[in-house]
Amino acid sequence: MAIDMAAAEYDPSSPMVMQAFYRRIFPYRPFFLWLNQDHVPSKLFTHREFAFTLAGDVYLRYNSFANADDFKREVLRLNPSRFEIGPQYTARPRDRKTLAAGALQPIRRELVFDIDMTDYDEIRTCCTDKKICRRCWGYIAAAVKVLDHGLRDTLGFKHLLWVYSGRRGIHCWISDPAALDLNDDQRKALVTFLEVIKGSKEQAKKVNVRGSKDEGDLHPFIKHALKPLGPCFTKLCLRDQECFQSERGYENLLALLPGDQQIIGRLRKKWQQSPDRSSSDKWNDLALEVDALDDKTAIGRKFIKAREDIVLQYTYPRIDAEVSKHRNHLLKSPFCVHPSTGRVCVPINPARIDEFDPETVPTVGELLKQLDNIPTDTDDKTRKGDDYEMTSLKPYVEMFQKHVDAVLRDTKGSRKAAKEESMEF
Amino acid sequence: MFKAEKIGGRNVTASASTSDVKLHSKASEASTPSRYPHRLNFYDRPPVLDITLEEFETCAIDRLRVLAHIESLNHRSLPAPQFSAAVATYVKAHLPLNSNSARSANLEEERRRDEIGHWVLRLAFSRSPDLRARFIRSELSLFRERFTSDDLNERNTFLRSMKFNWEEVGPTEKQELREDLMACMPWGKESKKNDAFNAEKWNKVPWYTVPDLIGSRRVFVKGGMAYVPNSSQISLVLQAYSARLETALELTAKNLPRLDEDERLGPVIDHLASSFLSGLAAGDYQPADGTSGAAVTAEMVDDLARKHFSPCMRNLYERLKRDHHMKHFGRLQLGLFLKGIGLPLEEAVIFWRRMYGSSMTDDKFNKEYRYNIRHSYGQEGKRANYPPKSCQQILTTNQPGTQDSHGCPFRHFSPDNLATFLVSSYPTLDRSSAEMRDILDSVKNSHYHVACTRVFEVTHGLKKGDGLGKDGETVSHPNRYTERSREIEADRLGLVKKDEEEEDVVMAE
Repeated sequence: MAIDMAAAEYDPSSPMVMQAFYRRIFPYRPFFLWLNQDHVPSKLFTHREFAFTLAGDVYLRYNSFANADDFKREVLRLNPSRFEIGPQYTARPRDRKTLAAGALQPIRRELVFDIDMTDYDEIRTCCTDKKICRRCWGYIAAAVKVLDHGLRDTLGFKHLLWVYSGRRGIHCWISDPAALDLNDDQRKALVTFLEVIKGSKEQAKKVNVRGSKDEGDLHPFIKHALKPLGPCFTKLCLRDQECFQSERGYENLLALLPGDQQIIGRLRKKWQQSPDRSSSDKWNDLALEVDALDDKTAIGRKFIKAREDIVLQYTYPRIDAEVSKHRNHLLKSPFCVHPSTGRVCVPINPARIDEFDPETVPTVGELLKQLDNIPTDTDDKTRKGDDYEMTSLKPYVEMFQKHVDAVLRDTKGSRKAAKEESMEF
Repeated sequence: MFKAEKIGGRNVTASASTSDVKLHSKASEASTPSRYPHRLNFYDRPPVLDITLEEFETCAIDRLRVLAHIESLNHRSLPAPQFSAAVATYVKAHLPLNSNSARSANLEEERRRDEIGHWVLRLAFSRSPDLRARFIRSELSLFRERFTSDDLNERNTFLRSMKFNWEEVGPTEKQELREDLMACMPWGKESKKNDAFNAEKWNKVPWYTVPDLIGSRRVFVKGGMAYVPNSSQISLVLQAYSARLETALELTAKNLPRLDEDERLGPVIDHLASSFLSGLAAGDYQPADGTSGAAVTAEMVDDLARKHFSPCMRNLYERLKRDHHMKHFGRLQLGLFLKGIGLPLEEAVIFWRRMYGSSMTDDKFNKEYRYNIRHSYGQEGKRANYPPKSCQQILTTNQPGTQDSHGCPFRHFSPDNLATFLVSSYPTLDRSSAEMRDILDSVKNSHYHVACTRVFEVTHGLKKGDGLGKDGETVSHPNRYTERSREIEADRLGLVKKDEEEEDVVMAE
């Protein structure tokens, strides 16, 4: 009987499973501290919007809670299939009906980024649509490296939390006070600064970052990004994904070259005649053509630049810009369970992004099983700490905890400084 | 905060707080250093001056006119040089502000009026987030124009006096970052770039204080700091100005309810805000009273309508021609307009009699309509000489009902009907053309006067942004539309004639 039920029991769409997850595993304490940035409930938590998705696609917006316990109680009562986090508003979102029109305005919010594998469909060859495998995760890994470096070294942020989205993407939450305070215009400017890949399906060349005549130098930020992206391109696009293997693949490549019909014609003919030339061979063919050009001529310079642009187009992060631009955009919370894969949205260490394998992320089913398998004689009394510590979620929660500690240290520091300053007067 | 209180007869004082020392403008000229050492002003300190009620209003209206004009220019998405040229001419004419070196101008007075206007408009525009945002945007454009046109030395003195805490990039750091800084300089010849680099200075500021430079990747960024070259300094200054203005406006909004000490100010402020909302400056155009210039006869109306009528009048006229009938507000709108373009009373009676045609007996016309026509010419009743309606009035008062044909086609027609009407009335307009898209886009964004201006440009062979052909003027009055249309025609006829004369001379030789 128990064995028969096992499969059904751990189905993430089952309310029982989610209830058990929320009761025993979800790390409420660090979660609260992470959003609140203090031990005492502050407006960052109490005025914050939470949106719950319930079974049957019921969507409850504008929830807010007085403290972590209040939040936990409601989560257990509603038993949502997932929930999202919004901004801190000028007032408690749940009071919105009693407020004057327009009085509820978003003010502070972590700076967030969302990268989704669907945006890579045109350049990945292993999977399409909702699928993801270790191989196409390489694109995400490249994106994380560039963004992590950019956000820390270029833009000066410190508290970045990278979170697996549960299926085929990754989120980034930045909790620095300066990030929380950004208004929508500043966020928009930042996104425009970071965004390189633009254009619709019908547009072949999606990298246009050299000014109106398309012949300027790259901005230093993009130029520095090219350094790690070069090897990524060789490893990922040429060797692994074989982006230019198929006819469609190499036609896409030819469409990105400057309009020199002789060179393009030669390459096309060569590749048509020997269809088994690998992507690396084709990239070398192109390199030979470019080397033959004098780099003092206009066309020579154009080709050199075009090659850089191609590397960017195939490896530069493709962020979902709309998510980052507005403070009131909702984003799925870390440690939620993805409703269809059952995987927990766990934090990821960006330094070890290459080793990350989405397939190894614990699912809610595995976690509950691990809890069930604890010998019953270790009674509640002898057990120390939280339930999650006995599951494979433990390292992820610890990573989260460490991140939260760092955030708290910093905000406390700044608060202390502010206090001392105010004492002087 | 900013409050106005009544002291004595017609004087109104705007004071920062009761503890502030009251400055009399006359005294300040003589003994104390000038309140306005610089041409540029961040308006950080509220004026503590005696202001007459009249000054309170006129200064505000002058500035409002300029801001409204800037806003309408903004919506027409002109290329940057054309935009700033248009702003410059308009500002010079309506809100002059001369540099210290200008001898002829009364600097103190100019700057005083400039300041008063700004502060009064703050009161008017602080009331809603939307108005605040629009006010800030227009004020920034105005400031940018003044900043860029300012004398270099005076500008630097001003900047020093503001004591911004920008961190200057030292020579060592500059050299270290040489390559990166140079990559962000505007593209030019390599040889010149070096000299430009050596001559340029950089300031470091947190990147989020210059979002415009970040968004366009025009500055180098490192460790959260944007390296802003002096050539892009305007961004820093505008950012600082806008941040201060925003905070100040919010503060004013909070204190606005307490502004009830002088009941004379309320209506003025309300009026200022409402005329800005309708997209037009108050009383921008005073149409001729119909007595001056060449008279228009009833026969000429049809020809004028085809060539020179604004879309709203064109629509009314065509309706009248077709239906031989028109409801009251339609008659009023068209009748006053015709008076404005110079149709005398006698001709007006003839015109309307013809238009009604056989749909009405002479008897009925004389009894019911003649009176109305004479009334609108100020010959009956209280004998008021009513002025033609401005766009603002047409847009905002007496909204047309189901049977009415008055109003503004851009506002009161559905987009489909508007397109059909424009295509049938103006053969130069094509339904699927880019111009038509422009027009319909403006309408969608409620910039009716911009749409109307665009129609004028297209139908008169003018470039986008030319407006009515005089420093990018926007349509704000149907009579102005017609007046400019006729002037342009006269100019062109004059040119043709001149050419012919010259040809004649050549022939004679």
